[in-house]
Formats: sequence, structure tokens, C-alpha cells
Amino acid sequence: MIGLKLYMLQRLSAMVMAPLVLGHIAVMIYAIQGGLSAAEILGRTQGSLAWALFYGTFVLAVSVHAAIGVRVILAETILKHRHALDGLTLAIGSGLAALGLYAVYAVTAS
Amino acid sequence: MSSAKGNLSVSVWRGTGTQGRYQAFDVPEEDNQTILDIVSWIQQNLDPTLSYRFACRVGMCGSCAMMVNGKPRWTCRTHVRKVAENGRIEVGPLRNLPVVKDLATDMDPFFDKWVEAEGRFHPTRTRADPIETIDPESSSRKVADAGIECINCAVCFAACDTVTANSDYLGPAALNRAWTLLNDAKDGDRGGVLDAVSGSGGCHNCHSLGSCAAYCPNELSPITAIAGLKRETARSFFRKGR
Repeated sequence: MIGLKLYMLQRLSAMVMAPLVLGHIAVMIYAIQGGLSAAEILGRTQGSLAWALFYGTFVLAVSVHAAIGVRVILAETILKHRHALDGLTLAIGSGLAALGLYAVYAVTAS
Repeated sequence: MSSAKGNLSVSVWRGTGTQGRYQAFDVPEEDNQTILDIVSWIQQNLDPTLSYRFACRVGMCGSCAMMVNGKPRWTCRTHVRKVAENGRIEVGPLRNLPVVKDLATDMDPFFDKWVEAEGRFHPTRTRADPIETIDPESSSRKVADAGIECINCAVCFAACDTVTANSDYLGPAALNRAWTLLNDAKDGDRGGVLDAVSGSGGCHNCHSLGSCAAYCPNELSPITAIAGLKRETARSFFRKGR
């Protein structure tokens, strides 16, 4: 139930995610080992365009990648209807993007 | 030459369409006996109404494939001693295809996928033109040669879990055929083949489980062909935005 365009979107979004995942893990290790408090973390992220772009891009890539992945699982298990699949893929992608971008906004807006 | 050794417990699927059950038969064990020998013995000696399909008996026609103890196999070249489990054998119709009767499946969905995958040859010359010279050592010809010994037995189609889960999926054999055409210098519709394998049931649905290569009786590797199609369609995507 995926053609070339969705296949390429999923592969390209994975390529975007790969370095961002490594960056995210590095940040987590740094934040925990340095013993940064929530206030200290927010002090670094709030008003930072770089962090907003980093995690904003991450959220968008995850939204595309995960929505297509879930679409394939649904298509091969319980949902065979093409239009329902299209709608659900869009809904999952939009939902993940909205929730993720809201979270990014919450920690990067000054 | 052959001598009776004892009896095999053979369960054979009987029924039409989606209705049916396994029926038990005792079959004398012989030297060098194949699964097709067993099925034929039952049909000739115990139940002439048993329906099954075969033609060449030498692994060339691809018509005798069945499920044997749950695995798809070409029955004319499958020796009983290699697959019997404690003297028991279960023979059923090929998976992923509608049953016509007993062990005979409707092969139309399998061959329809070949057509959908643009698996026909697209000539670039007429009878009046000289025959095109092909270098057998060229890299594309070697890739094509690696896949052209397919006998259309549908063993890979029956082995594929993606075919089971996705009725639109073209399947390993049709995609392997498309890959051989794509690498055939004499075929004239490369773009058409790439388009045909890029749809919602195309090569991108393959999860690379590898059952096609594991069960192919001719030891072909459709999974390699499908990986090649994914690579070529991706290149085409960047070149033309297909």
C-alpha cells in the first residue's frame, strides 16, 4: 500500500532523523551528566532559534516517517480501505507534528 | 529397481474454493519417491477424483508446486525422504492463491501480477532488422541472466508473507521478471517497467523477509531483484521526480 513517493518520503525522513537522533542522544547525556536542572535547560533553549530549528526539523521528520510506517502496519493487518488509509496517515502525521511542534514551541519560545 | 519399505501417512487437502479438509491416505514407501509420485499414486490407486496439476515431471514446467508439510515446494523434484517428518507428509494447495479443487490452485492472480508489472517484452526491432548483438559478459546481461531461469511455479508467491498481507502486492516472481527486463538491452520500455513497479502494490512494499530466495527451487534471488528495482526507482525519482 505504498508507492514510490511514500517510500522515498520515508527513506528521506529517516536520513534527516539519523543525525538528529545522534544529536539528541548527545544532548541528553550532556544534560544528565552535567546535572542540569529544568530551569537551566530552559535557560539555554528559550529564545534559541538553533534549538527550535533542531527539534522542529526532528518533529517534522518523525511525523512523516512514523505516519508512513504505521500506514504500512495498518494496511497489512486491519485496514484495507485505500481512502481510510490515506486519511489515517494524514491524521497521524498531522497529529504528531502538531503535538511535537507545540512542545518545541513551549521550550524554545522566549 | 524400487522396493516397498512400509507405509507413509499422507494427508491431502480435499475441497473446492474455501471449503475443505485434510484426508488421510496410507501410501507405500518406495526408493527415490517424490511428493508428486505420492499424489499420483493416490490418484491412480485410491481416489481417481483427486485433482492436482503437473506436466513435465522434471522441474521445468513449474506446474506441480504445492505446500508440503507447510512449505511451498516443486513436488516433482522434492524427495519424500528429505521432507517426511516421522513418516508423515501433509500436501496442500499453494498458499496465497484461490483453490480450484483439492491441490489445484487458480494461477490467474499470479500471472495477472506479471502483466501488471509490465512483465512482457517490449521489442525495439522488427523481424526485418538484424539481430542485436548482446555481449554475454556485460554487467547488465549478467544481472539479467541471474534471474531468467524462473519457471513460474509460484513457490515464491506462496512463500511471501507480504503477498499474504497485501493483495495488491505484485509479488517476487513478477518483480523478478521486471528486473530482468530492466537489465535486458533489447527491451525498449525501461520507463514503463519502472512506472509499473512503483505503484501502490509495487516493489516498495517488500519487507525483505527473503522467503522468496529461501524457497525458490531454482535458487534464484527475487529479493535481490527487488532491491535492484528499489535502487533504480529511487534513482529515477531523483532524476525525473517520478
